[in-house]
Amino acid sequence: MLCSCQDSNSLELGFPDDEVDLSRLDKVLANYHQQPGSLIPVLQKAQDIYGYLPLSVMTKIAEELKLKPARVFGVATFYTQFRLKPLGKYVILLCHGTACHVNGSERIETALMEELKIKADETTPDGLFTLGSAACLGCCSLAPVMMINGQAYGPLTPDRACQVVRDIYTQEATQVEGGQPA
Amino acid sequence: MKIRVGMGSCGIAAGALEVWGALVNDLAGRQADITVEQTGCIGMCYLEPLLDVVSDQRTVTYGRVTPQMVANILKAHLDQGTVLTEQVVATSEAPSPFMQGQVRIALRHCGLINPENITSYEEQGGYQALSRAVGTMTPLEIIAEIKQSGLRGRGGAGFPTWFKWQAAHDNAGQVKYIVCNADEGDPGAFMDRSLLEGDPHTVLEGMVLAGLAIGASQGVVYCRAEYPLAIKRLEIAIKQAEERGYLGANILGSNFSFAIRVKQGAGAFVCGEETALIASLEGERGMPRLKPPYPAEAGYWQQPTNINNVETYANVPWIIANGGQAFAVYGTEKSKGTKVFALAGKIERGGLAEVPIGMSLEEVIYGIGGGIKGGRQFKAVQLGGPSGGCIPAHLLHTPVDYEALVATGAIMGSGGMVVMDDRTCMVDIARYFLDFTQKESCGKCVQCRIGTKRMLEMLERICAGLGQEGDIELLEELAKRIGEGSLCGLGQGAPNPVLTTLKYFRHEYEAHIREHKCPAHQCKALIKYIIDPDKCTGCTICARKCPVKCIQGEKRQPHVINHEQCIKCGNCYEACPAKFAAVVVE
Repeated sequence: MLCSCQDSNSLELGFPDDEVDLSRLDKVLANYHQQPGSLIPVLQKAQDIYGYLPLSVMTKIAEELKLKPARVFGVATFYTQFRLKPLGKYVILLCHGTACHVNGSERIETALMEELKIKADETTPDGLFTLGSAACLGCCSLAPVMMINGQAYGPLTPDRACQVVRDIYTQEATQVEGGQPA
Repeated sequence: MKIRVGMGSCGIAAGALEVWGALVNDLAGRQADITVEQTGCIGMCYLEPLLDVVSDQRTVTYGRVTPQMVANILKAHLDQGTVLTEQVVATSEAPSPFMQGQVRIALRHCGLINPENITSYEEQGGYQALSRAVGTMTPLEIIAEIKQSGLRGRGGAGFPTWFKWQAAHDNAGQVKYIVCNADEGDPGAFMDRSLLEGDPHTVLEGMVLAGLAIGASQGVVYCRAEYPLAIKRLEIAIKQAEERGYLGANILGSNFSFAIRVKQGAGAFVCGEETALIASLEGERGMPRLKPPYPAEAGYWQQPTNINNVETYANVPWIIANGGQAFAVYGTEKSKGTKVFALAGKIERGGLAEVPIGMSLEEVIYGIGGGIKGGRQFKAVQLGGPSGGCIPAHLLHTPVDYEALVATGAIMGSGGMVVMDDRTCMVDIARYFLDFTQKESCGKCVQCRIGTKRMLEMLERICAGLGQEGDIELLEELAKRIGEGSLCGLGQGAPNPVLTTLKYFRHEYEAHIREHKCPAHQCKALIKYIIDPDKCTGCTICARKCPVKCIQGEKRQPHVINHEQCIKCGNCYEACPAKFAAVVVE
């Protein structure tokens, strides 16, 4: 828990120090500010724009929707979809549903942590991969499953999961060499 | 001739997009009068990708289709006037054992129509029920038909649907709402996802009929964000329904108006609880509210609101079109109709099956599901997700019926049915579910927030070999308190997985605590992988597969695992060729 009464413990220090272009929010806010109860769709659209929810964005949303910043922060931290830190380019959602668990999702997680050299919920230093999890992706007949940026992969073995990651690394490397932005 | 390719999320994950691409490509080079159609999921998920060739009233179904196979299928049907026998998994005259025994009412169109084309739905009789109701039925007549059907909420609570509609109808309000709960959060359940991806119009039509019944003018589908394809298909369906006059102002020329919008969830299991869902719709944190007042009296924005599950609404158009009595023909005395189950886990044939309520668990798991994968031994079936329980082998004769399942300690739940074999540790399963409920607890109630945490800590200790005498009794006492002290179903049901596993698998808990052993050989702290030197031929496969390189040995000499470094991942056990079976787990 962070106490806000001293500057050194200020809540703001827990957020990445990011400058973002707040004008990108204008259209979203114009669409929704007349609709009561629209905080969640606004936060979702904001996250689509910025990839996560910077503190300045949440503050602006609070101002425009006439809500207390604490209320916005409460909603942003309640729902698991919202990220307060930037994610990697490829977000791996490893399914931890019952069917996946029974079919060995923990072994897949161990293998991926070994391969990426990060722990669960962390992002690789090169900013390429975040190892996240989902409670259930609803593809139980393909257990164990992982989803990367909307694309589902399954049934997985530890080897197959690592191969998917290696293929993406290769793909990214060739794009950089070809002069394309990574 | 028509060719259909199943394009639900799991079909796509299995490669259906590539199959579709190959199909379209191959046909482009041929002059043939063939319609190709993308459909939703028919439920035979274990055979995805699926492709149907329909001609002369006969359907030939191909399973595990690859893009390469497509050319051969077309050659067989178009050039040779025959079928590609070795890849056929079912035909109209010889259906798959998975489909036999099913009675498909909610799933009647899934896998057979194009969910992104409303004409496909209309051709099957879609929106006939609405046309009839809007012109000729009063709200009370609609409710009476639902009452006669005996339909009970399919989301898990099993509450009589007609009763909820009657209450919302009777309560006064400025504006009334119909809400569809598509926040399917139970791990292992994907019935609602497939319905929304495969036949969104039946859900929309059911909602409009409900709106007619209670006097609502607005509907919202609250769909979890983890279902992007379902959301996309719902939005297409809504637009098409509006264009045809089934939604919007003055539906089909009547003075009844009804609009539907989609609201995305944001990743909170607790929002499947109706009052938490309403809080989320209002832009709040998803914390449940005290009932009474029930949503039928004061729900969304304090107005009369009827909330039902996706599957409940999916049954409504069929009931209105065929009559409540036709639905009540199926089922048991108190639980009428059919239920969709998602069969998953260690089962030979995993997928979605809709069966008449009252069929035994044994018939579902063995008759439809084909029994345990790999011929292993059945241990338990988990029903009802994190609020449900595990049913052991000696109770397999239990019929799937609301009351009969509650009597075992489990619940019907939303339909998730996860099958477990002798390699599943039941203590670990209890720990798994507590881990889930702990993360998803909204935090409002002390008993749930702190109680589930303490239960989880105890289960983690037990699985780590640090269990103590008295732990079981403490778990039982905590379970009782948490159930009593929680406001909503999440907390009330959280102890169920622990209680049922204690009831039927107490010996496993005792083995963990007293002998520091895991009978199913799963809990890492309590197992060891050992290579039997008499069986090991030194083929080196295990050493190469070991992610931490802790297996030593010369080629053709017995290998040895270094237990200090072993991370118990099980790769060596899986990799050792069956003819040697030299890696054992103790």
